[in-house]
Formats: sequence, C-alpha cells, structure tokens
Amino acid sequence: MSDLMKVSSNPHIRSKVTTGNIMLAVVIALLPAAGFGIYNFGLDALILILITVATTVLTEFLYEKAMHKKVTIGDYSAVVTGLLLALNLPSSAPWWIGVIGGVFAILVVKMLFGGLGQNFMNPALGARCFLLISYTSIMCNFECDAYSGATPLASLKAGESVNILDMVVGRTSGTIGETSMIAIVIGACFLLLLGVIDLKIPGSYIISFVIFVILFGGHGFDPAYIAAHLSGGGLMLGAFFMATDYVTRPVTKKGQYLYGIILGLLTGIFRIFGPSAEGVSYAIILGNLLVPLIEKITMPRAFGKGGERA
Amino acid sequence: MKQNNISERLVNGLLKENPTFVLMLGMCPTLAVTTSAVNGLGMGLTTMVVLALSNMFISLLRKVIPDKVRIPAFIVIIASFVTVVELLLKAFIPFLYDALGLYIPLIVVNCIILGRAEAYASKNGVVASLFDGIGMGLGFTCALTIIGAIRELIGAGEVFGFALMPESYVPCSIFVLAPGAFFVLAVLTAIQNKVKIAGEKKGRDMSKIQSGCNSDCMNCGESGCSRRFFDESAKEKEEDLEIIEITEENDFPDAEDTAEKEEKAEVEEAAERKEEEIND
Repeated sequence: MSDLMKVSSNPHIRSKVTTGNIMLAVVIALLPAAGFGIYNFGLDALILILITVATTVLTEFLYEKAMHKKVTIGDYSAVVTGLLLALNLPSSAPWWIGVIGGVFAILVVKMLFGGLGQNFMNPALGARCFLLISYTSIMCNFECDAYSGATPLASLKAGESVNILDMVVGRTSGTIGETSMIAIVIGACFLLLLGVIDLKIPGSYIISFVIFVILFGGHGFDPAYIAAHLSGGGLMLGAFFMATDYVTRPVTKKGQYLYGIILGLLTGIFRIFGPSAEGVSYAIILGNLLVPLIEKITMPRAFGKGGERA
Repeated sequence: MKQNNISERLVNGLLKENPTFVLMLGMCPTLAVTTSAVNGLGMGLTTMVVLALSNMFISLLRKVIPDKVRIPAFIVIIASFVTVVELLLKAFIPFLYDALGLYIPLIVVNCIILGRAEAYASKNGVVASLFDGIGMGLGFTCALTIIGAIRELIGAGEVFGFALMPESYVPCSIFVLAPGAFFVLAVLTAIQNKVKIAGEKKGRDMSKIQSGCNSDCMNCGESGCSRRFFDESAKEKEEDLEIIEITEENDFPDAEDTAEKEEKAEVEEAAERKEEEIND
C-alpha cells in the first residue's frame, strides 16, 4: 500500500499518525476501565484479561506465520481486540472462554475476511455474541466474590430500584470493563483529546437512545431512570470504544450520524422491548452489517456532478 | 475412467461433483436439518431414494416429455415420489418424520433433484440415470451425516446419541443452532478444496466437471452453477475450442441412439434460441 501512496504528486504532508499509534492510544484509553475492573473483581479479572489478550495476539501471529503473510501484531490491533473482548466477559468466566473467544475473534471474524481493515464486523463483539449464544449460562453468570445477584440493568428491567451512584462509579456486578462509567469516560476523553475518535457516533448514539428511552421507556422524563440506563450495561463502552471502531463504522459524515441513530434505536428496542436486559452488543453488530448500505445512501456528491434541481 | 458407467457415476456423485461441497446445491436442508448425525443421515437417505427414483423415471420418460413443459413434468414426478416417501416415513419411522418435519415435503423443490433431472436424467439412459441419482444421493447423505456429526459433537458432545466428549466438556451450543451449520459447512468445503488443490498439484485432474461446464468450480467466474444446468453454451464453447472432446457415447446400449442425438441437437438449438432472446 505504501508503494501506491508514493504515486501521487507533491507537495506531501507527512503525518506521524499510524495504525500502531492509534491502536496504542485506544489501549491506553481502555486501561482505566480495565484497571477499575481488576480493582473491582480481583485477580480473576486480571488473569482473564491477560489470557484473552495473549490469545488474540498469538492467534494473529500463528495465522500469519502459517499463511506466509506479513506479521501484523506490531500494530496493536489484536491487543485492542483482546482487551475489548476481555472487558466484555464476566470475571467469573473460566479461562477457556477467553481462549475460545480470542481465537474466534481473530481467526474467524478478522483474519478469514482479510485481516485488519477488511473485517465487516467488530471482532471483539462478534466473539462476544458467539460466546453469548454458545455459553449463555457462563456469560450471564455475574456472581463473584465482590457481588452477587443481578446486574443493575436486570434489576431495572424487573422494576427494582437501583443505586445510581454505585452504577456511575462502577461498584456493581457486570462484565469486567463495563461497570464503571467514570473510568470509561476518562478513557474516552483521552481519545477525544487526541482526536482518535470524535463525538459524531457516540453523541448521536447516546442522544437517540435517551430520546427512545424517554418516549418508550414507560417512565417519561425521569432523570434517575435515564441515568440508570446510561450508566448501566455496556452502553458507554460500546458507544465510545466499539461503535467508533475505524474498520466497521461508516466513513461518510452523514453516515456516521445515521449509524449512531440506528444504534441508539436498536439498543433501545432491545433493552426495553427485548427479553434480555442488555442489547448493546447485538445493536452494534447489526449496525456493522448495515454500514455498507449506510455508506451507499450517504455518499457525498462529487464536485460538479448533478447540478441544481430545477 | 469412462464416462457414464455405474462406478463412475457413483464416484462422481460422492466426490467429484459432491452436491453439497462442490455443486453447493440443496443448501436449505443441508443447513437446517443437520443438527444431529441421525437427522443428517435420515434426510440424506430420504433424498437419495427420491433422487434415484425420480432420475430413473424422468430418464424413462425423457422422450415423451415435451421440452417446453419439462420442468412442470419433472416436478410432478418428483412430488409423487416425495409423497410416497413421506407417507412411508410417517408410517414406519415416525421419530425421523417428526425430526425432519417440514423439510420432507420441501424435498420437492430441492435443487439437487431438479438439477440432476435437468442436467443428467433428461439426456441419458435409464441405468446411468439411476446410478447418477444413487451416487448424488450418497454424496448428499455423506455430506449431511458428516456435517450433522460434527455439529452434534461440538454442540452437544455426542455423535448418534453416544457421548464422546469427557464429562467436563461444556457443549458449545451455537453449533446446533443455525450459525453452526454455516461454520461447519464452510470449513468442510475449504478442506475439500484444499485436498483438491493438492491433488491437482500432483497432476491429477480433480476439478473437471462433466455436466457441460468447461471450467473448474474453484475458478468459476459464473455466479454459481446455474449456468451449467440451464445453458448448453459451455458445452458448445468446449467443442469450439476443441480442448476436450466430449464423448457422446453411452456405455449402455441404447437402440435409439441416433434419435437421442437428434434430440440433443434440438435441445441445444432451443437453448441457443433462448440465449438469443435473453440477449435481445
């Protein structure tokens, strides 16, 4: 690809931004959430994160060696995938869940479709949904030493009251990385300041979701209820780290707004009308599948084409 | 190996033109009913019976059926046999009938059966057609049983109902759901292609398809295999290029060999006309 880039005529502006830099920034931005998860859930969480990340990196390395391709583990994309996947697992999951999920994410979702940039679906989310369907009881078992019982969203769906402050700080049960809204937002602010992501997708996602909850949630404009929906589950993690994945989001500006709105509506539908309490991962995966269509209808008109409509 | 003799037809259906892994036909039952090895085997055998009998009858009637209404005629013949098989299954193997459910009547529209009727039975002798049906049916049965066994093993830890996995094994239940069928089918097709490529490297011609297609399936530029069954132009192209002579001979002595050839010419003409219409 670099050969192709050299074809264009000068002058050139050289940028220091590389895939590796961006992915490293995402890894750093995920560290607060991961750190809080380890603090919250203990050593189990740390071991699971390490195993999952090691699996994804090793799978990518072995596949590329076996297929005589250029080894691309240096761009940290496998690390991001592994970390995101691990943050989406419950800390009580056995180690082999991380291994199966990591292999599936890299081998099936990413590498078989051509590697980074070619995958049509977020690898971490694809693997999470694979595990969720395959091992439902393990993936929904949020019992651990620190907490027992239902996740806040499940309680909310059952009509019980939840402690919003605990949810914002993250002192609740859930998957390793999703519980603390504060930690996720710190990481997201880091990425926003660096310019790695912008607010188009997360903003339209969260706003459309809030509107949906107000209209159809059955509580009207109830700030406590909305706050619980925002801070509970994987919404923040999904909106800032998974919906904004460069590979699986639309490239057009209008398309990104549309994508965010679709994700918000789908998440709202799954959470409020669906049988389970959470629906962020399925919403983003469905949104990923719609991306080619979104790009098709939002492709900007080339300069000089078309003309004014009389 | 000579074309159109019994053993060649069987091998052709099982390996060379395996309906599932090579021709990619009949995907609906392949993906839907192979949740266990027993279901796959049952579906495969049921289809094989219908396929062999309908092939035989269509071959018998191939000079009676007018070309213009051949598809409805084929479907009537196939549907009759499917009804017979369905009633037999209902009476004698009720558990299989319950397991396969809707997919038994759907055998009528299985494209393997219609495809073989169109591509083979309507142009070849009775015995060859019968064994073509049996070979294709065996290939389908083997494919479905293998897919079913793998899905059952990973998704439930059993094969044919016998527990094979250690007790600590946690079944990966996505494999008995619809996505698992796609995973297993894709991996098996990939393995099949890999074996084929390895065989070709050793100089064996593994991929030549005889039903009129000039190219091999792996490098097929056409969209699917539809062309082969409804378009004779591939055959003509082959003749023009004189790459490979098509053996028109039939190993089974047929008294009306010349009439058959004339008929073939007619069919080709009809196909040409059709093509022109399409081009217009």
